[in-house]
Amino acid sequence: MSAPLIEIIGLSKAFPLRGGLFGGIRGDVKAVSDVSFSLAKGDVFGLAGESGSGKSTIARMIMGLTHPSAGAILLDGLDLTGLPLALARSKAVQMVFQNPGSSLNPRRSIGQSIAVPLEARKIARADVERGVARLLDMVQLPADFSTRYPHELSGGQKQRIAIARALAVEPQLIILDEPTSALDVSVQAKIIELLNELRRSLGLTYIFISHDLSLMRNFASRVGVLYLGRLVEEGPTRKLFEAPAHPYTRSLLAAVPVISAEEEAIKPKAPIVEGEIPSPMNQPPGCAFHTRCPLAFGLCDQQNPEAYWLDGDHFARCHLLAPDAASLGAKPIETLKRENAG
Amino acid sequence: MSASVSAASVRISIAYQNWHRFSRNPTALIGAAIVTIVVLAALLAPWIAPHPDHVGAIVNFRVRHQPPSAQYWFGTDNVGRDIFSRVLFGYRISLLLAAVVLGFAVPVGATLGLLAGYFGGWMEILIMRLTDVALAIPPLVMALAVTAVLTPNLLHAMFAIAALWWTWHTRLIFSITRTLRHQEFVEAARTLGASRFHILFRELLPNCASAILVKVSLDFGFVILIGAALSYLGLGVQPPTPDLGTMVANGADFLPDRWWESLLPGAAILFVALGFNLLGDGLRDLYDVESVR
Amino acid sequence: MTGEPLLSVRGLSVDFSTYGRRSQVLRDVSLDVPAHRHVALVGESGCGKSVTMRTIMGILPTPPARIVCGQILFDGRDLLAMRPRERERLRGTAMSMVFQDPMTSLNPVFTIGDQMATILKYADRRLGRVRGRRGRMARIFEVLGQVRMPDPERIARSYPIMLSGGMRQRVLIAMALLSEPRLLIADEPGTALDVTTQAQILKLLKDLVEDRGLALLMITHNLGVVREAADYVYVMYAGSVVEHAPTADLFARPSHPYTHALIDCVPKLSGDTAFRGIDGSLPDYTAPPAGCRFSPRCVLATALCDRPPSDRPVSEGHLAACWHLAEAAP
Repeated sequence: MSAPLIEIIGLSKAFPLRGGLFGGIRGDVKAVSDVSFSLAKGDVFGLAGESGSGKSTIARMIMGLTHPSAGAILLDGLDLTGLPLALARSKAVQMVFQNPGSSLNPRRSIGQSIAVPLEARKIARADVERGVARLLDMVQLPADFSTRYPHELSGGQKQRIAIARALAVEPQLIILDEPTSALDVSVQAKIIELLNELRRSLGLTYIFISHDLSLMRNFASRVGVLYLGRLVEEGPTRKLFEAPAHPYTRSLLAAVPVISAEEEAIKPKAPIVEGEIPSPMNQPPGCAFHTRCPLAFGLCDQQNPEAYWLDGDHFARCHLLAPDAASLGAKPIETLKRENAG
Repeated sequence: MSASVSAASVRISIAYQNWHRFSRNPTALIGAAIVTIVVLAALLAPWIAPHPDHVGAIVNFRVRHQPPSAQYWFGTDNVGRDIFSRVLFGYRISLLLAAVVLGFAVPVGATLGLLAGYFGGWMEILIMRLTDVALAIPPLVMALAVTAVLTPNLLHAMFAIAALWWTWHTRLIFSITRTLRHQEFVEAARTLGASRFHILFRELLPNCASAILVKVSLDFGFVILIGAALSYLGLGVQPPTPDLGTMVANGADFLPDRWWESLLPGAAILFVALGFNLLGDGLRDLYDVESVR
Repeated sequence: MTGEPLLSVRGLSVDFSTYGRRSQVLRDVSLDVPAHRHVALVGESGCGKSVTMRTIMGILPTPPARIVCGQILFDGRDLLAMRPRERERLRGTAMSMVFQDPMTSLNPVFTIGDQMATILKYADRRLGRVRGRRGRMARIFEVLGQVRMPDPERIARSYPIMLSGGMRQRVLIAMALLSEPRLLIADEPGTALDVTTQAQILKLLKDLVEDRGLALLMITHNLGVVREAADYVYVMYAGSVVEHAPTADLFARPSHPYTHALIDCVPKLSGDTAFRGIDGSLPDYTAPPAGCRFSPRCVLATALCDRPPSDRPVSEGHLAACWHLAEAAP
């Protein structure tokens, strides 16, 4: 692996919890706790997790829309956390939002929306027009779309516009926050194809946020699984999907609705996990997943598991993976491995 | 590109859709018709008034207190001037008053509302508390106070009303902006490096436009009423300039026998206020803006 | 499928008038939902599945909509020919609906118990049934138990905000079950929820069909959910049913070119998805193609497709409306 383009080190975010008569701070909500990962130029890093897992908060911190409580975000070695949301950052990192409907201003034409970053750079009017046409062409839309308004466009077309707008600043990294979850699958396929093409031709790097694991399997090169703001497992997509090590990853994969017997055979044989993700406001002690984990044992509600490396590039945070787990009362790790294989 | 772009449905412009709905709303149509008539009458007054010379301080005792007739549609007043002609010119004053007041109140109010709504924090506290204080003073009382201290005339009346009227627009724009500021398109603009000026006036303001339009339409009626009330009390437009409020006040001395001298200018006030209110209500239905009054 | 279906839609066509233009939104839609069966109606946005559902429930606003022709037989009786009052009696009693959005379909200012009691009171009134407050509460606790809510008494006292998304979805299902309906129509059940919660909801619906003999019509855009939960599938495209088959058969042998293309678009967990998509977009409903509505986007289209295709058999209970069936089948 070459030197990473972006390195996230110990990123945490706690929102103060206010209450009482005078709105004093009573505690905090840990939305993101100690998340670290890095990715090389040209990579697609997938952040998977259910709602409330903190994936959007991570995106907003990298974008500079929210300040981290702790940790660093290094882009080419430069720490972004100190910088305000300034031009310096907006040039390097861009974002495509989930809802193509609300990420475009309904009262501004497509051309005006795409031109925002060009105008911010004080480019001459004629050059702005040419730039807009070029960007529309990059997302495979005709130049006359610049005079249209968002309500005249389909969801897929709107998302193409949002991508064109993000490309306008010539970013190195684009954060894709559920870019296709509001679209039909036939449109999703087209958008994913476009994103792949752009990544290859422009040498872009993506952080891809999604709850759709099947899509992630096909799009990301590395995947990190979040649960209540913690990265519980991370590794190359293939390894993580074929040999998931964390019980949460396994139950997530087991719950994915699939459309063929081949896929069914790949899914881990885990029972449907009970209950729902707890509120970040009252996080369970120890491993956050122990309240729903079918394999939880004595240690799990006591201490937060460290990261155990299964391989040079694949880790999971689970006490079952500790070398001495069996002596502490856990089901032996071999059981887990055999289940994975079967 | 390929066929996926040649959008299936034929484009129906927003303007056409709006006109389609507007034209099926009788209230709005009547309002728009009244407003058009009044504005045209005011603009063309020098050419269409039967007796344009009756606007000034002329005296024509031979025909004073004439009831409505073919020659004097609204009758004549106590010095023999044609009331209909004076009503047409009176509309000019009323519309000018409202336009000047709103021309000041809307930009100021909208800007303050945008600032308070988008930035929040101390900016919001400062602007909104100031607004609350200003809202606590009734415009008529303010106008009475201002014109009592200064000399009563049209300019001071406009100044007094405008000094309070912006608050309504601040409140309106503030509430819209506060819900819009966390919308993704605003965040997208921020991440693209857009300036604060751009976000306030290019992204947020256009989304307030329909609410402002509705509000302005309703306000026109109210400001004209307040202006007429001030003139009625002798604190607004001074004679001999023809003003609807002043005419009602003068004519009131001769009620009920010479009813036309007071009631017909009064009806003219009612007519214009009604027109703007109907139009405003119609526009509100059209744009579905609930936050306006 | 055997026996008389509980719900049978026959040749339903619906038009919409907007801004003086007429859109032909549904064309000749037919589908059957028997008791003890979980039937899915699947399609992408704008394909007419919601309009079909609303027409069956009788909540389609007319105008702008207009039912051109067709029958909706419920237990052998045509809903469209019934007097409004008679139909009103069926709605929310013999047939009821599970709404899609567990976040907005509940009124935030009333407790779950209060909202359910109101629904039950109206259902009882329509059926001319008398039930006291205590009887109502007993019934409410019973259905909350049926949707596997722990501690129904506590849930009934809760406000919607106090419940998680999955629990609210269960409450919506419980509400639909209050009046012991025979037909349940579920609009995108669980799609607003996380996959683990969605799996729980689908399991619950499956058990309700099996244990209580309900006929369930599910509207969804998610093919994975269809394969996971449904017994029989209708695939809709541009206002028409293009293919219908037992679930396993449909995924084993998708025969209409649209179904085929759609299945190709779904990302596979095995990781070998070619993201080709489907070129083109839905036809303009005010001037749809005269023949097969998929033909402008279809790779197999020929002059033959200018005439409307009729259902042609693929195998037992598996039909597809396509002139080129032999070529389309893999």
